[in-house]
Amino acid sequence: MKRQAIERIIHGLLAAVAFTAVAILAMIVLFLFREGLPVFREVSVRGFLFGHEWYPTYDPPSYGIWPLIVASVAVTTLSCLIAVPFGILFAVYVAEAAPPAVKGVLKAVMELLAGLPSVVLGFFGMVVIAPLLQETFDLPTGLNIANASLILSIMAVPTIASISEDALYAVPREFKEASYALGATRYETIVRVVIPAALSGISAAVILGMSRAIGETMVVLMVAGGAAALPTSIFDPARPMTASIAAEMGEAPYKSGHYHALFATGIVLFFLTLAFNLVANYISHRFKEVGSATL
Amino acid sequence: MTADPFRITLRRRYRSERIFFLTLRLAALLIGLVMLEIFGYIFVNGYRAISWEFLTTPPSDSMTKGGIMPAIVGTFYLTVGAVAFALPIGVACAVYLTEYARQGTFVRLLRIGINCLAGVPSVVFGLFGLGFFVVFLKFGSSILSGALTLGALILPTIITAAEEAIKAVPQTFREASLALGVSKWRTVSRIVLPTALPGILTGSILGIGRAAGETAPIMFTAAAFFTARLPSSIFDEVMALPYHVYVLATAGTAIEETRPLQYGTVLVLAALVAGINLFAVLIRGYMRRGKRW
Repeated sequence: MKRQAIERIIHGLLAAVAFTAVAILAMIVLFLFREGLPVFREVSVRGFLFGHEWYPTYDPPSYGIWPLIVASVAVTTLSCLIAVPFGILFAVYVAEAAPPAVKGVLKAVMELLAGLPSVVLGFFGMVVIAPLLQETFDLPTGLNIANASLILSIMAVPTIASISEDALYAVPREFKEASYALGATRYETIVRVVIPAALSGISAAVILGMSRAIGETMVVLMVAGGAAALPTSIFDPARPMTASIAAEMGEAPYKSGHYHALFATGIVLFFLTLAFNLVANYISHRFKEVGSATL
Repeated sequence: MTADPFRITLRRRYRSERIFFLTLRLAALLIGLVMLEIFGYIFVNGYRAISWEFLTTPPSDSMTKGGIMPAIVGTFYLTVGAVAFALPIGVACAVYLTEYARQGTFVRLLRIGINCLAGVPSVVFGLFGLGFFVVFLKFGSSILSGALTLGALILPTIITAAEEAIKAVPQTFREASLALGVSKWRTVSRIVLPTALPGILTGSILGIGRAAGETAPIMFTAAAFFTARLPSSIFDEVMALPYHVYVLATAGTAIEETRPLQYGTVLVLAALVAGINLFAVLIRGYMRRGKRW
């Protein structure tokens, strides 16, 4: 009897502790709103999201984050254009084509690259990529959208590659065997059978990679250039949302309109990445059951 | 000899096969080269700055000379604090999810929560830490605020790793223990957790690596531009390696003059994080090989 009571208490305690993750998430939302919503006393939601002018320190200030949103979307899209093909090709090579020894090395390469602190990559962008871009294209500054996208793509490749690789491994061997038995070459089997079967996992990988890129802070803070104007070319400097928050929070007076506006930018960022993650989650769960048993 | 249409198609098919595999190899090669270039560049430019003095003295002459010792110490405190917070909670969470929970709404809610937490951008964690720990709980910009913020950030990593480790413990171990009349909690704490320990450790080491390299979460919650002395309590601000890299590279008055210091700091940070990750990967590989059940 006593033992059962103890068991029940432990069960309850563990459930309570397990709830921490959800509680933290709820607290994040709560505090973002608590500190962010007051800005809407000064600016309408529409004016905040679509206003073209981000002059938070002017008098009167103007809190329009449209240029920041455009900058975030621009660097993310561009970086994915580079990272998606490389990430998928890399995953296919590791999962389907690489000899075992090479595979081990490449997986280690991925882990190291994934673990590289973003501030280190940002630094690399500043001292290596920026002068390179500036000289090659004869630009006023090498700190711009192109540079940030390049560095972000280096960060996104490991994410996309490792999740795609898992998806490719999960494709049942019978699929490949059936394809070979019909006389298909390895190329035809990979492109027509294996990749389509793993497509949901690969899509999830791409979406997660994009979500990482939107939320990445240090790289864009250091190499995107920081101009809060609407960019007109990929060689323009820009200021994505994350960079704006990180750069300005230190100077924004506590409880000022600027402070609240930065938290409100955090709300936008939070829900944007949340949407990406939920979609990725949905896709990978919804279309997961492609095993031989379901056919 | 007239051309055999079948043979022509076959030749074409083999040509696309060769091109395809060549593309794959080139892509992998390019990624490998990019990584070599990054690590090589950091090493070649950084190793000259590294000396015993660089590692053991604080910065001097408004950061243009001296070393990075306070930043190393600060990063150490922050990561240890983060893991001390996240490891017990993460393991308890994993134990609950794998051993106790029955499938249902509550578990689905937990899983969604953990997944979403893993996707929250690091700068948003920084905002949360600022709003909650620094301002609301009045911890100020301190080791405590920074460590708790980083702890929240690495919690999903640790939960996932611990869960995998616990799931890998064979069911027969639990059955044997329960068959001897041992209670569930004793089975978990005496049989399952010790067996899963290496995997859990790997997860927490990966968490340490993540926490050590993050900048955005500590910018508003813990990191100081410069402190002359070492922290004396958990309510002190600290310097931290990643933040120090950022500060030196962007905010100094003599950015070009301090380049050697910057390269040195970057090398120390990159080597530290890469070393931690490599260590975790090696343990994992070793444990997988060493399994005898």
